[in-house]
Amino acid sequence: MTDTLSPTSAEDVLAAVRDALAQESPLEIVGGGTKRGWGRSVKSNRVLDLSRLSGVTLYEPEELVLSAKAGTKLAEIKALLAEHKQMLAFEPPEFAPVYGGPAGRQTLGGIIACNLAGPRRIKAGAARDHFLGFRAVSGRGEPYKAGGRVMKNVTGYDLPKLLCGSFGTLAVMTDITLKVLPAPEKARTVLILGLDDARACEAMAAALNSPHDVSGAAHLPRAVAARSGVNYVHGAGHAVTALRVEGFGPSVEARCQALRALLKRFGPSEELHTMNSGALWREIRDVAPLLPDGPGESAGRDLWRLSVPPAEGAVAVTAMRNRTDTDHYFDWGGGLVWLAVAGTAAAEATSLIRGAVALRGGHATLIRASPATREIVPAFHPVSNAEAAIAERMKDAFDPKSILNPGRMD
Amino acid sequence: MRMPAPDERVLARRAEIAAALRAIVPGEGVIDTEEGRRPFECDGLTAYRQLPMLVVLPETTAQVSEILKYCKREGIKVVPRGAGTSLSGGALPLADGVLLGVAKFNRILEIDYANRCAVVQPGVTNLAITQAVEHEGFYYAPDPSSQIACTIGGNVAENSGGVHCLKYGLTANNVLGVELVMMDGAIIRLGGKHLDAPGYDLLGLVIGSEGMLGVVTEVTVRLLKKPATARAVLLGFPSNEAAGDTVGAIIAAGVIPGGMEMMDKPAIHAAEDFIHAGYPRDVEALLIVELDGPAVEVDDLVARVEAIARGKGATVVQVSQSDEERLRFWAGRKAAFPAVGRISPDYYCMDGTIPRRRLPEVLTKTAALSAKYGLRVANVFHAGDGNLHPLILYDANNPGELERAEAFGAEILKLCVEVGGVLTGEHGVGVEKRDLMPAMFDEVDLAQQERVKCVFDPDSLLNPGKVFPTLHRCAELGRVHVHGGQTRFADLPRF
Ligand SMILES: Cc1cc2nc3c(=O)[nH]c(=O)nc-3n(C[C@H](O)[C@H](O)[C@H](O)COP(=O)(O)OP(=O)(O)OC[C@H]3O[C@@H](n4cnc5c(N)ncnc54)[C@H](O)[C@@H]3O)c2cc1C
Repeated sequence: MTDTLSPTSAEDVLAAVRDALAQESPLEIVGGGTKRGWGRSVKSNRVLDLSRLSGVTLYEPEELVLSAKAGTKLAEIKALLAEHKQMLAFEPPEFAPVYGGPAGRQTLGGIIACNLAGPRRIKAGAARDHFLGFRAVSGRGEPYKAGGRVMKNVTGYDLPKLLCGSFGTLAVMTDITLKVLPAPEKARTVLILGLDDARACEAMAAALNSPHDVSGAAHLPRAVAARSGVNYVHGAGHAVTALRVEGFGPSVEARCQALRALLKRFGPSEELHTMNSGALWREIRDVAPLLPDGPGESAGRDLWRLSVPPAEGAVAVTAMRNRTDTDHYFDWGGGLVWLAVAGTAAAEATSLIRGAVALRGGHATLIRASPATREIVPAFHPVSNAEAAIAERMKDAFDPKSILNPGRMD
Repeated sequence: MRMPAPDERVLARRAEIAAALRAIVPGEGVIDTEEGRRPFECDGLTAYRQLPMLVVLPETTAQVSEILKYCKREGIKVVPRGAGTSLSGGALPLADGVLLGVAKFNRILEIDYANRCAVVQPGVTNLAITQAVEHEGFYYAPDPSSQIACTIGGNVAENSGGVHCLKYGLTANNVLGVELVMMDGAIIRLGGKHLDAPGYDLLGLVIGSEGMLGVVTEVTVRLLKKPATARAVLLGFPSNEAAGDTVGAIIAAGVIPGGMEMMDKPAIHAAEDFIHAGYPRDVEALLIVELDGPAVEVDDLVARVEAIARGKGATVVQVSQSDEERLRFWAGRKAAFPAVGRISPDYYCMDGTIPRRRLPEVLTKTAALSAKYGLRVANVFHAGDGNLHPLILYDANNPGELERAEAFGAEILKLCVEVGGVLTGEHGVGVEKRDLMPAMFDEVDLAQQERVKCVFDPDSLLNPGKVFPTLHRCAELGRVHVHGGQTRFADLPRF
């Protein structure tokens, strides 16, 4: 029987963790529970559900700062920011549909714990770059805080960085403070059609090496572009390379023009305006083109996320060329490859993918797979022995009895 | 300043230790004469001085690893050092410690435009990176005022910032990877040319860790393309409030300037006397707002900023008409520290960050403290991100004046914490703010940070005596207290 605890205050969280510690009975920490399919499943019969620890506690638009309880819905935060023409610049993806769940249930805590980021990562950074401070309960059953609420702070170690991407294995965050930024007035996307992967990566590099401040650079091969919900993209009949320009109105227009002139040698270009541009980047952000959208269709494929030096993106995927039933697309100017592969022969696929990535300096994360595959393939790219030893001691420093999400990152 | 008591047994073995280090770093890499060690006795916080037992200047990562392995085995403390410009005493030597300088690690190893990054050794200066790539139109964004001298390794250790950090981020947001040698000699690589490495974000943790977790032997930095144009607007105001309000209004209008700096009257006068940048002398506060991007954008934003400033009562509004003029506007601000250095025998630079809207209150209270301590103060301010640099003027030759300056500074920093800010925005805790840490963190907070230190350096041999007000043994910190009988647990809401 699973006991699901639903604390509504930081004190409740403390009590739950202390009891878990006293009983040495591990807790599975969940926010919206949308990303439980990521990493090893946690073996515990107690769930600490933070979704009722909710609410924005501080928002000062002029100071670019927002604090909220960890279980606050991301959707609520985004709506509040939008009212003030602000945003979370790291563009957190909606990941629930990746695991077959409904959109809209992600919590802020989950986004931070997984260090998520969308296409704007290349310009604005990931969740880690916007995470200013927190309050948490460690696996030692102690409430503590780190960081602060101001933009610049080097007082003590940067524990927010350490917690960001720790998948709930070090501490249970109860309060989170973030840096927020003004939302762009306008966004447009320049499209180039028909490039192969290698040529597309060159085009993206040319765009990113220009002063035109590109805030998204993605390439969808033909089969993937055909799955886009944006009419112009799915009807193109070609691979689509997309470059986003955001900012103040006149600036966006000028930069789009300059970018199109710069990229002339790659072929003719088109422009997507606000609505279509927004829809396309949401799809790219949320891995929508690689998700099954109907019964039978590519269902059961494993989903990988490869992070590589951007100039190596195209080369890294050629390693997969001989395998059938794979699809991929690029984001982050080639530095991020989303790859869907058949769920069969997972071990072999894993060594192929991780081998190709390791050669070029980077890492491959298994984002979604069948339960059987998740048991045999570690979701996270293996690290060096020295680094693994640090990680183990770090876990011990925060959670010596291993009561918080044990095994999740193994 | 209380530092860990020197270990007599180590001091007694000085000659033997020098010989052992010479076996690792041959030639002139080990310095043991007093005159040779003298230049290393302090960093930018010159009030604290201590001759190191020995200085070693390795040239390879393998040597660094051997040195640390040896020192760990023999229980010898090590203090890493870059250019020694730290303003918090982060590189202050220890009497029984080896000072490990990275000055000889001064090569740029690779410039990779295709991946928009450069791989450099830690002793390369901040400015040298930009100089190596600017002919291609690239630059390295964080630009501390000390950029001619300070090293990228020191920047990593302090998570240094600069006037362009509001828009482009601090060191932490611009470093992609490091090679790190830990106290046990193990060499690890964190990050690389790709983003967001697997596992815990140890790269993020190491940046800003003040040389206490490992010695950085290589750094991969992100390169950015220079914006097409940049213009600066010089704004003068009759009050600090009006200047502060203008900053808030600019950000509320959705504008994040490339840089937004504020100076108060004493700072304006000192800078103007020194640099002749053309600053108005009859204003209470000066703002320099830099807008960068394509020309159409910059023109548009300059107009918006001008309108906002006039609406808030700016009495001086000057827009740079050439790059020379823009640089002249900046020259005064960038030389503010030395400018203040000219009007006082000594100055003491503080570095708190506050929620920006509390600025008028903090400045008023600082002025009151200035009267109380009988010491003048000039304020420069990274206004966009709330990072305040009060410069306290004093004369160390007057008995008691240094102590007064320190007490004054401590009160300012506590005030910063009281209004919701922090002790240090970019200069680090070091020895200087070590004993103030309890103003911001309780014992549990600090113990958790110390446990992180123990993960990397369980014997506390690497740069000990910095950051933490009290040193605990790692074994003692490891103990778990189980809080039994949680009655509250039974009452928790369940589904
Ligand atoms: C005039 C002046 C202006 C300044 N302006 C700014 C500014 O605008 N913004 C800002 O942020 N700072 C500023 N500073 C502070 C200082 O320049 C920075 O903190 C700088 O990053 C220190 O670099 P450094 O090479 O001099 O390091 P050092 O002073 O030698 O060392 C600083 C710390 O880093 C550690 N360290 C150095 N190298 C390594 C390494 N390779 N591995 C591990 N640890 C290492 C040391 O142990 C020490 O704790 C200024 C200083 C001065 C004197």
